[in-house]
Amino acid sequence: MTTANGTARPGEDMATDEAEHPGENMANGTEHPGDDTAANGTECRPLLETRKLSVDFGGLHALDGLDFVVHEGEIVSVIGPNGAGKTTLFNAITATVELSAGDILFEGASLLGLDPNRVTTRGIARTFQNVRLFANMTVLENVMVSQHCRTHQHAFGALFYTPAFRREEAEIRERAEKVLSFFGSRLVGYRFDQPAFTLSYANRRRLEIARAMATQPKLILLDEPVAGMNPVESAELTGMIGRLRDEWGFAIVVIEHDMEVVREVSDRVVVLDHGVKIAEGDYADVSNDPRVIEAYLGQGAAAS
Amino acid sequence: MTATFPPETGAADGSAETLMAPSRPVLAQDWRRLVRMGAVGAVAQIFIALSNMPVRLDERAVVKPILSLGYLTLLIVPFAAGNRAGHQIKREGMPVYAAGTHEVAGGTACGALAGGGLSLLAVLLANFDLREPLVNWSPMLAELLAFGNATWFAVVVWLLIGAAVGAVGGALRVLGPRTRRAVVTMALTVAGTAVLEPLVVDLAEGMRLEALTDWLYARRGGVNWTGALVLAAVSGVVAVVGRGRVRQAREHIATLEGAKRTRTNLGLILLTAAVLVILPLFAGKLTNELLANVGLFVLLALGLNVVVGLAGILDLGYVAFFAVGSYSAAVLTAATSPRINPEMPWLVALIVVVIITGLVGLFIGAPVIRMRGDYLAIVTLGFGEIIRLIFLSDWLSGWFGGSQGITKIPGAGIFGLTSVAGTDPRRVFYLVLAFCAIAIYVSWRLERSRLGRAWMAVREDETVAEAMGINTVNVKLLAFVVGAVLGSFSGAIFSAKVGSVFPNSFLILVSIVILVVVIFGGMGSIVGVIAGSAVLIGVLGGPKQPGLLAEFSEFKLLIYGALLIWMMLARPEGLIPSVRRSRELHQQEMAQDAWLRGEVEDDDSNGGGQAAPAT
Repeated sequence: MTTANGTARPGEDMATDEAEHPGENMANGTEHPGDDTAANGTECRPLLETRKLSVDFGGLHALDGLDFVVHEGEIVSVIGPNGAGKTTLFNAITATVELSAGDILFEGASLLGLDPNRVTTRGIARTFQNVRLFANMTVLENVMVSQHCRTHQHAFGALFYTPAFRREEAEIRERAEKVLSFFGSRLVGYRFDQPAFTLSYANRRRLEIARAMATQPKLILLDEPVAGMNPVESAELTGMIGRLRDEWGFAIVVIEHDMEVVREVSDRVVVLDHGVKIAEGDYADVSNDPRVIEAYLGQGAAAS
Repeated sequence: MTATFPPETGAADGSAETLMAPSRPVLAQDWRRLVRMGAVGAVAQIFIALSNMPVRLDERAVVKPILSLGYLTLLIVPFAAGNRAGHQIKREGMPVYAAGTHEVAGGTACGALAGGGLSLLAVLLANFDLREPLVNWSPMLAELLAFGNATWFAVVVWLLIGAAVGAVGGALRVLGPRTRRAVVTMALTVAGTAVLEPLVVDLAEGMRLEALTDWLYARRGGVNWTGALVLAAVSGVVAVVGRGRVRQAREHIATLEGAKRTRTNLGLILLTAAVLVILPLFAGKLTNELLANVGLFVLLALGLNVVVGLAGILDLGYVAFFAVGSYSAAVLTAATSPRINPEMPWLVALIVVVIITGLVGLFIGAPVIRMRGDYLAIVTLGFGEIIRLIFLSDWLSGWFGGSQGITKIPGAGIFGLTSVAGTDPRRVFYLVLAFCAIAIYVSWRLERSRLGRAWMAVREDETVAEAMGINTVNVKLLAFVVGAVLGSFSGAIFSAKVGSVFPNSFLILVSIVILVVVIFGGMGSIVGVIAGSAVLIGVLGGPKQPGLLAEFSEFKLLIYGALLIWMMLARPEGLIPSVRRSRELHQQEMAQDAWLRGEVEDDDSNGGGQAAPAT
């Protein structure tokens, strides 16, 4: 395990990266409030905040009074052994499971009682652990359809082929192509019109991220983005996660088992076990925390 | 999945397949398989015979003195069995034997076994009386099977006929692809011309070509000997000459891109439209009636296609909207409507009808849409019945006339120019055509819009669609309403055409028939849905409407069922599938194809790599 000799790169490195490209956020046209100074320290307000978040499945406390904070422009990794409640946390944030207690605030407003699509409209997008693309739609269509909540043309415009409709269709397409071109040449050109199921596994993962990006979120939740990728692909995607924040200005929460990726990417690491946060901090701190080692390797390992 | 007809010489795909092993010896048959297939054939034969189809259809001649439609139904199974017996499973690395006497012999045996089913039946008919449970266990059937002779004759003759027809089926495997094509075309042309006799006669009358049909058809139905021969010769020549041309043209169109493609498509659409506008002028009452009926079902099927094909909501109660459309149009236009009778002009009423049906769609949809999959289908089924029972109920008979329905509905007046009623099917057809055009336009535009994409996403994976910011409830509800409104058009025209509405015109069967049309034609495909209606409603007939094969009306549902089963097995994506639907069903093959193409590094000139059809 890589946790043993954690030569962690401190989160500030990332922050200075961000500071070097202050204009990028604007240039990319993603609508973000201009006032934020990104992950530049402690003064910035939390983008997402869960308060005493609990999710129960019958008698099982999947999440148990979890306080979890994500700041703007921050990359947070959520790690923990299987069944720790990581994906449940994502599901709770995106309103796909019901909360038993607690509250979720996004930009200061509660997400309680919202439908999943409203949560996405507020600016939270996610990917799925087991890639869930619209397999029979083309690559381009996958990314076009996820702009649904940012566009407005309805049946009327479509039926009468109004100028507004045509303009919006062109914009949707253009934006989709731009998002896909983020991944280099992998998802562009002739791939545009290929059904998603023809893609390789790594490309499916990429397309899923593209689809999340196209919803124009402020926060992206990535559920094991490099699972099943080979080391080269995994390293490439790791770099991309950084670029997602630096160039597109998204705050990102990553669930990941690959510690290499976690170390490279995170400003902050949150460790869950049995629905409870057992550690939090930068990678070096967390990887040396005895409780974390215990959770991963069992009590004996922690003692020795 | 490209079916290729490799020419015998200089095969293009120079694979192991061209190295054909010699044909197998005659007696080296897979007897178990033959017996199994023969037995299945025999059971099918008995079933067909006892369905009474042969007896009922015996009156209708196909080729005048020698073959009636009734006997034709009995020849199909041995033929199919014989042909199937000659089927070789081709696998890489396995030798492919040249077809020869082995196939003919196998076909003969298999066909004889299938025919033997009828021999057995003849014996049983002579010795037992099972009329009580089996209504069609009749002397007529015995007589038909024995050609009016003794039972032993029937036994022998059906074994012989089965063997002969099976041999023909097997022999078809021996023929080269070109000859086979010609033979099949010839047979289908003769049979088709005979079966479509009413239509051909009707059209010929309209075009003043009675002389031709008088010559072609015998006086009391069926094609003449001479007519059959000439037809066969002509179609054979056409098949040989036109071989591959159609496919070439289609492939050519498929490779076109951009403006050229658009222009070709537009041309094709205009051509079809022109034919559809001009054709009725030359057609008689029968054809126009038929076309109008097909049109009504095209409208319904297009509406259901939006719901099922695009949004993926399995609606088994679609007839509800047809009923609401019909009834509201009837109430609004008829003077005899029991409670309220505003006697609106039809077009004005139509606006109200659309609003009412839209609201009913919302009302039914709102609770239904929150369910998924099977539960949703069952609930829609319930709502379909509820609507019919509401119209039937005594409680509301003061409004809708209960089982008496509403009668004397005036036709549809169009701006005072013409009035459309059932007495003039041609006008009904034009009216239907106009609304079909609207429905086609609506489905086509919506499919290629933000809304259409959202429907697709919902169909693919509802949970993810919602997580991607699509308000699935609204989107699905809208599909429901669009479907309802399209269905109401059909209903409004239906009531004006028929002149009366009764609750029993809106049985659950109608829902099922529409669904079958959509599935048969190809879910999500506009052209497919139209083709499906033309084949099922036009040829076989709707739930109450007679089709071209009026004789078949009794067996309509049987044939529907058989067709549907065959379709699901052989071509689950439907007659003319939408691209997406066939993708869904052939994911693996297509993924492989794409992978292979990727190997070639042939990034955007994929079309160029296709092997040109060998000339």
